[in-house]
Amino acid sequence: MDATLVALLTALGIAILIRIAISRHKRKSDTDKDYQVSTHNLEYDTIVPPAILPTKPHTGQKTAMISNVCKSYNGKAVVNNVSFDIYEGESFGMVGPNGAGKTTTIRMMMDIVKPDSGEIYLLGEPLNEETKNLIGYLPEERGLYRKSTVTNTLTYLATLKNMETRLAKDRAQEFLSHSDMLAHKDKNIEELSKGMGQIIQFIGTILHDPQVIVLDEPFSGLDPVNSKLLKQMILDLKSQGKSVILSSHMMNEVETMCDRVLMINKGVVALYGNLAEIKSRYRNNSVLVDCDHLPKNLPGISRYTRIKDLFEITLDGTSSPQDVLSTLVTNGITVNRFEISTPSLEDIFIQVAKEGR
Amino acid sequence: MRKVLLILRREFREATRRTSYILLTISIPLIAILGYGVYELIQLLEEPSSEQVDKIGFVDNTSMFHDYSSPLGLEFTSYEDEEKAKDDLLADEIMEYIVIPEDYVSTGTIIRFTMETPLGSGNDTSQETEGFLLTNLLEEQVDDEILERVEVPMVLATLSLNEDGELAGDSNEFDKFFLPLVFGVLFTFSIFFTSGFLLQSVAEEKETRVIEIILSSVSSRQLLAGKVLGLGGAGLLQVLVWLTSLRIFSQVASVNIPALEELSLPIDVLAFGILYFIAGYLLFAALLAGLGSIGSTARESQSWSAIFTLPAVAPLWLNFLIVSNPEGAFARALTLFPLTAPITAMMRIPSHSIAPWELALSLFILGVSIILSMWISAKVLRAFLLMYGKRPSVREIAKCVRQA
Repeated sequence: MDATLVALLTALGIAILIRIAISRHKRKSDTDKDYQVSTHNLEYDTIVPPAILPTKPHTGQKTAMISNVCKSYNGKAVVNNVSFDIYEGESFGMVGPNGAGKTTTIRMMMDIVKPDSGEIYLLGEPLNEETKNLIGYLPEERGLYRKSTVTNTLTYLATLKNMETRLAKDRAQEFLSHSDMLAHKDKNIEELSKGMGQIIQFIGTILHDPQVIVLDEPFSGLDPVNSKLLKQMILDLKSQGKSVILSSHMMNEVETMCDRVLMINKGVVALYGNLAEIKSRYRNNSVLVDCDHLPKNLPGISRYTRIKDLFEITLDGTSSPQDVLSTLVTNGITVNRFEISTPSLEDIFIQVAKEGR
Repeated sequence: MRKVLLILRREFREATRRTSYILLTISIPLIAILGYGVYELIQLLEEPSSEQVDKIGFVDNTSMFHDYSSPLGLEFTSYEDEEKAKDDLLADEIMEYIVIPEDYVSTGTIIRFTMETPLGSGNDTSQETEGFLLTNLLEEQVDDEILERVEVPMVLATLSLNEDGELAGDSNEFDKFFLPLVFGVLFTFSIFFTSGFLLQSVAEEKETRVIEIILSSVSSRQLLAGKVLGLGGAGLLQVLVWLTSLRIFSQVASVNIPALEELSLPIDVLAFGILYFIAGYLLFAALLAGLGSIGSTARESQSWSAIFTLPAVAPLWLNFLIVSNPEGAFARALTLFPLTAPITAMMRIPSHSIAPWELALSLFILGVSIILSMWISAKVLRAFLLMYGKRPSVREIAKCVRQA
């Protein structure tokens, strides 16, 4: 082999290694300080997959503990042996298709539905009348008293959670002003637009200062402006140390907002854990490469497909991504971008659902 | 407990602010005042005519009859011939005139001439005419006392005896027939109106999905208790407004309407009335709240409420059977059957026809039914309030009730 080529390759290899090191450092500090960073975006500006990142350890206190809960209706198990924990200051995603058992699980946490078996603890206590006051719930099915004013509705909902009327009124005022809705405070709910009603309902969910907040499909039906407002409010809650549970069948929403996820399918836990860990587990052993062309029969590659202006190269299992990169360079192919492909939560779900079938 | 009070307060406030509630509450006093106004107006219109003509002419062809004044002040004046009588009738001097033919004693025929059309309502003077004829026929034959009795054969005084042969109270006819009906109708109105509110309130919370938020804050039992008590308070307020206004009204109006003077509401009747009202309300509230949770819309649930309300109002349709024979087997059975008990009892209590054992048994059965229906209702509420879109089948409801 030509000595110049060897020198060039070595230099390129070193450059890539340095890039990896820098990216890894940058990524770590990003996850520590900003939870809103999209893993989707990260896929394309770093060659390091989130799956292999060190996971954020839980230093916080457990706020909710769900242990082996089961619920069946008419002999059909809707929730079967589901367990998970929630920690303070985290946003936790509960995903699964419609009818997977998410809402039933949430209703059991709310003590609206009693589990057939299993235990649920909130802040260390089994569910009781008092624990109901510690939790805020935005149900999937939205609705408020149509003929009540915004202030009266919010105050009533908060006082039902044991908050003093005076304090509830003050806080309602505060939240309304924070979300630019103060002008509507004396309007009847029926006079508001659907999106506004939804924001009011969200305020009603958190007005009594709950420790655990459960949001069932919070973004459905919201326009981008209200959606952004809601996201910001959720992030604020997280930064205050609250536990936020997001339940959704829109997995990309959960993917961008949550640290840990629980995936339910047909009433059973399909996946549970740190989002990055899960992604790493389900990495499909392929890399994305931006280059002009790819010769056939390259060593270490089982196949490749073209996705827009990228090639997705599936590794044959004997080689590492680094081997593939070096092979490409050796073959004189100009590589503009090289990254390890991580599957989206949706891809993972589809894979899990298939396996479970 | 605080949460129950919060729900109670809200439901009471919402109910008493409803236009339909306010209208119904003020309607009874309004109807009473309106009725009184119409009565006064009729009196005013009728007075001149009764002052003007209170004479009846007669042409006597038998020479047996002479002038007569009836006990109610109607005068019978003799005329020489029919022409003169006719002239006076046309001139409105007399109401009518009769001609007594020569063969009257053998045939009994009397010919009456009047300006009234055959279909006109007119005044029925036949009783007075009979009095006039009787007095003239018997005057010479019997003494004055007998004559008076022949004219007014009886002044009826009815006294009811109970099963032990003792006098059963001194209630008058008015109390016996009028009060039970008024009680029954008013209380039925209020019970159904208020428990209808409850059904609507539950069904609306289900329809608007607020129920899920509420149930994440309070238990279904707390929710039911708050609603039942809050709306019950609104119903009780309504009944009290009615009773108070009717009492004040009857006192004011009795100056002009003598019959109202006799309208009295003994305290025991009132107490039992209120007791049955509360019991009746609680029973129907529990049943209708359960029903409210089953339908997917308020309208749907409301249309089913007839299942319970139809049997409940049966005593009102069959009031003649109860009032005419308040101690009969039929009235007794309706008093004991929980759905019909409140209204039947309210209709029977004023006439003092319910034996104490019957009252106790009826209240006991009602109490047990209330507890049972509340319990079942809370279970049904919990099971079906969150079942959106799909209406539970009869079998599912039956299963839920059985499990309860």
